[in-house]
Order: sequence, then structure tokens, then C-alpha cells
Amino acid sequence: MTEARYDRAPGDRPTREMHASAPSEFLVYTIGLLVALLLTATSFWAANTTLLWPGGVFLGLAVLAIAQMGIHLVFFLHVTTGPESTNNVLALAFGVLIVFVVVAGSMWIVADMNQNMMMPSPAPMSMQMRH
Amino acid sequence: MNVAVAIDQIPQDAMPSASEAGPAPKRIVVAYGFWIFLLSDIIMFAALFASYAVLVRSTAGGPTGAQLFNQVTVAIETACLLVSSYTCGLMSLAVNSGRHLRTYLGALITFVLGAAFLALEIREFASMIAIGATPERSAFLSAFFTLVGCHGLHVTLGLIWLAVMMVQLAVMGFTSAVQRRLACFSLFWHALDIVWVGLFTVVYLMGVSR
Repeated sequence: MTEARYDRAPGDRPTREMHASAPSEFLVYTIGLLVALLLTATSFWAANTTLLWPGGVFLGLAVLAIAQMGIHLVFFLHVTTGPESTNNVLALAFGVLIVFVVVAGSMWIVADMNQNMMMPSPAPMSMQMRH
Repeated sequence: MNVAVAIDQIPQDAMPSASEAGPAPKRIVVAYGFWIFLLSDIIMFAALFASYAVLVRSTAGGPTGAQLFNQVTVAIETACLLVSSYTCGLMSLAVNSGRHLRTYLGALITFVLGAAFLALEIREFASMIAIGATPERSAFLSAFFTLVGCHGLHVTLGLIWLAVMMVQLAVMGFTSAVQRRLACFSLFWHALDIVWVGLFTVVYLMGVSR
């Protein structure tokens, strides 16, 4: 009986058996920083370039942001897919679910209500046009 | 099935699982609890993001995001916060190995970069207010100042927390309580950077490229 196999808290120092195989923590943070810088630079480039189809830029920016959040979670917060990190991932999954419900649900409901607010008379239509 | 044989087949040198070994150490429990708090904080930000996304076109004839936002400032702010997140990670490595000088150095760089971020943000807010783009000008600006201001408030609290932790470290040394608090601080700081990733993408980049 050496050390109990406890779950690992996010951002916690590595356990003893992880030390042997895992790369050094300094390397992990440095890789995370470099990848995050690359993704940030790509985001800023994509927002300003004229090379891309404008309709796709939104989706691309969203994908880049989600990718960078994932990089932060894995390389900075050390939330991994390992068995000792199950509790952290489950809590994160629930948080992501609520975030998705709140953001997507709000936008959906309000967009729907906006459409229902459209009156046949011309006065509210001019209100609609004046963003 | 013969229970005695089954028990004999369990390797003796295997470590006990978490359910057999009793409660986890306080270090793990505290950090996990703080992780739950951070997720609830992110859910609060999600509500602010949702209100911003709903109100972003309601400018009431006032200035739009494309007219107000300066991408160079945002890029410098983003770089400051990202690098401060990195130095905060290096600081937590120094804490784990019990090195005083590296911890202070990491904390100092983290603090300076966080303060630079905050100064740039306050300057941006002041320049917007100076040209009449105040929170009461339009629903879009109300949502903008609430969302970005809430993040800035978190950064301010983080800076105060970091300063307090450095005083505690100087007075108390690397006690387990100080180590736990520093671990929670680095979680907090990394989470703020994650929120900022969503913020600069949704507010600034999508606002400008529209």
C-alpha cells in the first residue's frame, strides 16, 4: 500500500506514477502557450483578412475560440481524459451543457419572439430597420 | 464463484481505489470544490454572453462595435493575459517544488501583465465614455460594459488575491494552506483567460468583422 489512487483535482501537481511517463510540466505549459498564441493569431488574422468568404468567418472564429479553450483546459488546467480526472470532466461537461442551454436557448427564444413581434403596419417595420 | 480464490487473485501491491482509501486529502477536495465554483462563475458569464448576443444589434442609433473597438488594443490585452496565464502556471510549478525566488518572480510577472491588461481596458473604457459611448447610450453598450466590465472586475479581484497571497507567502512560508490557496488562485487565473478567449472572439473580433 503506497499511495491511494485518489481522483486528481484540476491543476494539481502530477501523481508519482505520472511522473515517470509524462513530459515535464514546464514543457506542457510552454506547448500550451505556443499553441494558444498560434490560435489567437489565426483568429485575429481571420477577422481582418479579405481572403476568406465573409460568411464562413463567424464559424471559423467560433471553432478557433473553442479549440483555444480546449488547449487552455488541457495544457494549463490539466483536465485530461485519464481515469483520475473523471470527476473534473463530468463537472465540466455539466457546466458546458448549462452554458450551451443558456446561450443557445436565449438567442433562439429571443430571435423567435423578434419574428413574432413583426406587425403588418408600417410603423413597427421602420423601427425594425433602424438597428 | 469461490470468493476466497477471487480475493487471492487480486494483486497485493495494487493501490487501494479511492472508495477503499477514505476521503481524499484536503488539497484535492479544496481544488475540486474551487473547480465547481469556477464552473458556476463561467455559467454566470454565459448569461452575460447571452444577453450581449441578444442585444448586440440594439444600438438605438448610437455607435456600433465596429466603430468603437480598436483591434490593436485588444491584441495587446490578449497577449498580456495569455502570457500572464503562462507565468502563473510556471509560478504554480515553483510552488510545487518549494522555490521561493521563482515563485516571487512568477507572481511579479503575472501581476504586472495582469495590471497592464487592466490599465489598457480602463483606458479603452475611458476613451469610449469620452466620446459619449456610455453604458446608458444603448442596450448594446449596456450589455458590452456589463460583460467586459465583469471580466475586468474578476481580473481586479485576482490581482488583489495575488498580492495577498504573496504577503501570506512571505509571512507564513510554504505551508499547506498557502499552497492550497495558490493552487486555487492559479485555477482562477486560468479560468479568467478562458473567459477572455470567448470574450475577444465574440465581442471584439465578431464585432469588427461584421
